[in-house]
Amino acid sequence: MNHLIVAPIILPALVAPLIIMVLRYHIDLQRIFSVASVALMLAISVALGFQAADGTVQVYELGNWPAPFGIVLVLDQLSAMMIVLTTVLAMAVVLYAIGTGWDERGANFHALFQFQLMGILGAFMTGDAFNLFVFFEVLLIASYGLMIHSGGAQRFRAGVQYVAYNLLGSTLFLFALGVLYATTGTLNMADIAVRVAALPETDTALLRVGALMLLLVFAIKAAVLPLHFWLPASYSNAPLPVAALFAIMTKVGAYAILRVYTLAFGPDVPATAGLAGDWLLPAAIITLVVGAIGVLGSREIGRLIAFAAIASMGTLLISIALFTPASAAAALYYILHSTLATALMFLIADQVMERQGGAIKALPPMAQSGLLSVMFFIGAIALAGMPPLSGFIGKLLILDAARSHDLVWWIWAAVLVGSLITIIGLARAGTLLFWKSHGLPDAETDAEAAQSTVEDNATSGDDASMTTTHNNGSPLPITVCMTLAAIIAAMTIFAGPITRYTEATAQHLFAPSAYIETVLKGDTE
Amino acid sequence: MEFLVASAVGVLTAAGIYLVLRRRTFPVILGISLLSYAVNVFLFATGRLMSGAPAILNKYEEVAHADPLPQALVLTAIVISFGMTAVVVMIALGAYLSSRDDRINLTDDGTAAGDDA
Repeated sequence: MNHLIVAPIILPALVAPLIIMVLRYHIDLQRIFSVASVALMLAISVALGFQAADGTVQVYELGNWPAPFGIVLVLDQLSAMMIVLTTVLAMAVVLYAIGTGWDERGANFHALFQFQLMGILGAFMTGDAFNLFVFFEVLLIASYGLMIHSGGAQRFRAGVQYVAYNLLGSTLFLFALGVLYATTGTLNMADIAVRVAALPETDTALLRVGALMLLLVFAIKAAVLPLHFWLPASYSNAPLPVAALFAIMTKVGAYAILRVYTLAFGPDVPATAGLAGDWLLPAAIITLVVGAIGVLGSREIGRLIAFAAIASMGTLLISIALFTPASAAAALYYILHSTLATALMFLIADQVMERQGGAIKALPPMAQSGLLSVMFFIGAIALAGMPPLSGFIGKLLILDAARSHDLVWWIWAAVLVGSLITIIGLARAGTLLFWKSHGLPDAETDAEAAQSTVEDNATSGDDASMTTTHNNGSPLPITVCMTLAAIIAAMTIFAGPITRYTEATAQHLFAPSAYIETVLKGDTE
Repeated sequence: MEFLVASAVGVLTAAGIYLVLRRRTFPVILGISLLSYAVNVFLFATGRLMSGAPAILNKYEEVAHADPLPQALVLTAIVISFGMTAVVVMIALGAYLSSRDDRINLTDDGTAAGDDA
C-alpha cells in the first residue's frame, strides 16, 4: 500500500496535539511547527497530485480491511486536485495569520488550524460515506473554535448561530446516512454505487429520499439558497484570515455533491437520474442572484466578501448541477479560481479592517492606501470574473458548457447579470474605501474617524481596540496577498494545462467504473 | 416495537424542531440534543429492529443476530453529538456572558441586542 495517501491526514493529527500539549506557551515554536507541517502537507499533496495525474485510482485500506467492510481512502484526480488546492490555501492563510499576529489574539489558533486541515483533507480523500460524516465533524468542530478565535460579544453570538446551524446539518446528515444504509446495506461509496444500480426500479422511493436528504446536507455546506443563512454572519464575524480558510469549506460541500452524485447516484442510474440536477440548478441560479444583490447591499466589508463568496458558489453550483463532463470540467477550474480569489479578498479586507474598521464608507486615507487599493482592484477583478484574470476564463467555460441545456438563457442571464451586479457592488465599495477618502475635508474627517473608531469599539467589543496595537508592520501579509494574486494570474496563463487536467478529471468522474473496480477489488499488493 | 420506535423518533424530532425554532439559546441547545437522540434511535432501526439478539454471527448454529454496524454508527454519533453539545454550550455561555443576552438572532446594525431586554 502507498502510505503517502494517509500522510496528509496523519500529519496534522499528530502536530495538533503536540502544539496543544507540549508547545502551549511557546508561540514561536507553534508557528514553526505549524508552518513546517503545512509545508510538508503541501509537498505530500503535490507528490500525490503527480501520482494521480495520469488518471490512476489508488486505494488505501485503513487497518488493511478490504473495501466494503473497512474504511478506505481513495486518491483520484479530483481528490488530488482538491488537497493541493487546500494546502496551497492553508499555506497562504497560516503565513498571513502569523504576519498579522492574528494567531496570538486568542488561544490555540495553530492547533485548531491543524485539526481543521485534517478534517478538510480527510473529507476530500475518504471513500466511505460515514467516514465523510466523521471528517465533516472534525472540520466543523475545529472551525467552531477558529470562528470565535479572539472572542468578542458579536463574534460569540454569530458563533452560536453557526454552530447551531451546522449541528442541524450534521443531524440531517446522520438521518440521510441511516436511510441509505437501510436501503443499500452499505456505506462505502463505491459499494453504494453498485447496490443502487442493482436495486429493482419499483423499490427506490426510500433511496431517493435518502439521496435528496444528502443533497440538502451538502447544500447547507455549500451555502445554496435557501440554506445559506449561516454564511454571511459567520464569515463576516469570524476573524477574516479564518474566513479566508473557510473559503475552502463551502467547496467541501460542492466537492461532496460532485463526488456522490457522479459516483453513487450518477446521471446514468435510472433510480436517481436527474434527481440532484433538477433541484440544484434553480437553487444555484437564485443563489448567484441573491449573492450578487447582497454584494451591492453590504455596508460592511466582511459581509461584502461573504456575499461575493455566495455568488461565486452559485456560479459554481450552476456548473455542477448541469452534470455533464464539460460542465464538471468548468466547475473544477472555477473551484480552483474562486477559492483562491475569495481567500485573497478576505485577506485584503482584513488589511483594510486592521487600518480603519469594517464599515464601507469614506474615511481619511489609510496607511498604504495606494498599495491596498491596487490589491483590492486585482482581487475584485478576479472575484467578479472580469478579464484578464482566471475568473473570466472560468465563467466563459461555464457559459460554454451550459450552451446545450434547456435552461441556457436563464443560466446565461443569471451568470452575466450576476457578474455585472457583483462588479457594481465591488466598484462601489472600492470607490468609497480608497477613492472618496482623498476628497474629504480634513476637519470633518478627523471627527468622523474618531467617532467611527468609538463605534467600532462598541460594536466588536475588545477586538477592535486590538486592531491598531497588533499591526506590527510586517511585510509578510502583503507578500502573501501578492503571492495569491500571482497564483491567480498564473492560473490564467496556464489555463490550457489546467483545463486539460480538469477535463480528464471530469471524464473519469462520469465514467466511475474504474474507481468502483479499484475500490472493491481492493489492494492486491 | 416498530410503532414504539417510530413514534419515539417522530416525537423526539418534532419536539426538537419546535425547540430549535425558539428565540433563546437554551431551548435551541435542548432542541439540538433532542434531535441527536432522535437520530440515534433512528440509526438503530436502519439495521432492522430485533430484540434479544447478539450482534455476532454464530458459525456453529443458525441463530438470529442483530446488525452490528448501526450499533457502531450510533456509538460514533453519540460521542460526536456529546462533544458538539459541550462545545455549543460553552460558546453559548461565552456569548451570554459577553453580551448579557441569550437571544440567538443578530441585529442588522451589528450591535448587541441586549439593551432593551
